[in-house]
Amino acid sequence: MNQANFRRLLARNSYLFALLLLIVVVLINYSRQDNLFDPSVLNRNIRVFLPLAILAVGQAIVIIGGGIDLSVGAMVSLCNALLVTWITPETAGGDILLAIGLVALVGMAAGLLNGIAVAYLRLQPIVTTYATSFIFAGLALTILPRPGGQLPSDMTGLYRRLIEVEAFANIPIIQDISILREIPPAFIVIAIILLLWAFLRQTRLVQYIYASGDNAEAAYTTGIPVQRIRLGTYVISGFFAAMAALALTMSLGSGSPTSGDAMTLDSIVAVVLGGTRLRGGQGGIAGAMMGVVILGVIRNIISFYDVPTWSQTLVDALIILIALAGPGFVRYVSDLIRRYRLQGGRAA
Amino acid sequence: MTTAKAKRGSFVPNFTSRLTPPLIALILAIVLFLLGGVISPGFVNANQAINIVRLAAFLGIIAAGQTLVIISGGEGIDLSVASVVTLGAILTFRLTDGQDALILPVLGLVMLVGAGIGLVNGLGIVFLRIPPLVMTLAMAGVVQGVILQVTRGELEGETPDLMRTLIAQPLIGPIPGVIFLWIGLGIAMWLLLERTPYGKMLFAVGINRTTAMLSGVRVPLVVVLTYAMSGMLAAFGGFVLLGFTDIVFLNLGGRYLFPSIAAVVVGGTLLSGGKGSYWGTMSGALVLQLINSLLQAQGLPEATQSIILGVVLLVLISIYGRQRAFRL
Repeated sequence: MNQANFRRLLARNSYLFALLLLIVVVLINYSRQDNLFDPSVLNRNIRVFLPLAILAVGQAIVIIGGGIDLSVGAMVSLCNALLVTWITPETAGGDILLAIGLVALVGMAAGLLNGIAVAYLRLQPIVTTYATSFIFAGLALTILPRPGGQLPSDMTGLYRRLIEVEAFANIPIIQDISILREIPPAFIVIAIILLLWAFLRQTRLVQYIYASGDNAEAAYTTGIPVQRIRLGTYVISGFFAAMAALALTMSLGSGSPTSGDAMTLDSIVAVVLGGTRLRGGQGGIAGAMMGVVILGVIRNIISFYDVPTWSQTLVDALIILIALAGPGFVRYVSDLIRRYRLQGGRAA
Repeated sequence: MTTAKAKRGSFVPNFTSRLTPPLIALILAIVLFLLGGVISPGFVNANQAINIVRLAAFLGIIAAGQTLVIISGGEGIDLSVASVVTLGAILTFRLTDGQDALILPVLGLVMLVGAGIGLVNGLGIVFLRIPPLVMTLAMAGVVQGVILQVTRGELEGETPDLMRTLIAQPLIGPIPGVIFLWIGLGIAMWLLLERTPYGKMLFAVGINRTTAMLSGVRVPLVVVLTYAMSGMLAAFGGFVLLGFTDIVFLNLGGRYLFPSIAAVVVGGTLLSGGKGSYWGTMSGALVLQLINSLLQAQGLPEATQSIILGVVLLVLISIYGRQRAFRL
């Protein structure tokens, strides 16, 4: 009975396992780095995680809608190249905002291309977005042939400050409540995204995304505009890729035509670690964000445990593999126990 | 009887129905090759043709296991091929250390190691229900990690002379051995897929796992076996590749990862599983290699090459990689 309840609990809360995992890795990290929860350390960590976290939100939405986007990394590279080309240390404030707006549009246009190919030309998502990633990577390389560019120090400073306590410390309410003063604003950014999602989750639009991913045929039969919804998920992913590129560019302060390439597969692993199944129709962005933090904390642990350089890749991959195997292992073992009990019951 | 047949067999529909994706890919490969001659004179000659087939052979051999995995369905895909290729090459490089006598035993060991890695993939996918994409991706990381851990970046060894002679250099006339090897593998794969119980079961599993299970197919066994074979073939690909590259480096297989999937898809194998052929993958590998060689022959900048490759891939998969439309 307890067993059944536990299984139901796991099935219903797909990111329960991710949460457990998150707690475990954070505790391991904390055991070696006792200032982990200092606001400044938390800040620094979240600042590093933020670009991938934003990217994973877009990836999660595409995956929930029944697709996958292998071009997100190339989109980040493209937007990163555009940002450092359009924004120089001399650029005026208004023009910076214009450039950011344009980059967001470029990201959405790139997503639109993916979306049209997948939803309307009915091409298979994996190969389609793999093909378009060549287009985006080529464009990034055309725009910015070699690493370079420089962002105004105001902008990089803003990214640091925004994500440090002082920026918010002067706001009256935060000043009055001491606990709020201790909360790094990066968490507030993430909290805003999560709250927004919790609100959107109730809307028909997002319900449609889940329905399209769960069973496209059935969704179509009940009148859901599956093709438009799919198109939409890729455009959203393009937008989030542009925002991830903005965060990445602000934290690096410069650009590279391959800056985002490694983020594609990380974003997918993060989504899966967060309890979203690749088949679509289930999961959420909270899980994806937890997945990103888990990935980041694993890398923290590796550096704090002084893992030798040559072993880091192996340790990293093994921990990820174990984390991925976790939910399946629990299910497999509980299946075995149930079968054993059933047999025992029949014998008695 | 004859009139009915004549009515049905009007030339055009009959012709188009015979125009299967592998055939389209093959025709495309020939057209691309001739197109190369039009764009840059001197592109079309026997040596060039042999060179392109030789290069395509490496991709084709590496994509063999990928074909099986993709046919097995259930979102089947193997992202660990690249690192297994690298591992296969490094193992051969180190263990033979240039000695011809050790080639065969080392080949056996290399394929066994590859099969073992694939076996773990299959077990994780079937019993722990990890999605193939992330399972094989994590495994790729583990294999890459093991390579780094063991070698510490110091890749010592030597390629046996015999391998170089047999694989990359002209063997019979101007044709290098790898092409014969590829043709042999093609025949073996055809036999495996079309003439063995395993092949029949693989397609059944790819079309619908539940019906396959109800028809008495041991689905878990077939899937695990398929991933094990994919690992084995990838390791074999690494072994063969070493005969061509002569040296090893840590990311030797990296550039074959996604092309191996693209070759399968361009060859008309459905990513959703249950339909496909290795002969299609062979044509797909030829097409991809031709596009690559054509782009390189133009001397275009890398960025432009990348964009054109992306557009061409999109066009290729939109010819027949399309999924079914929604119907009420």
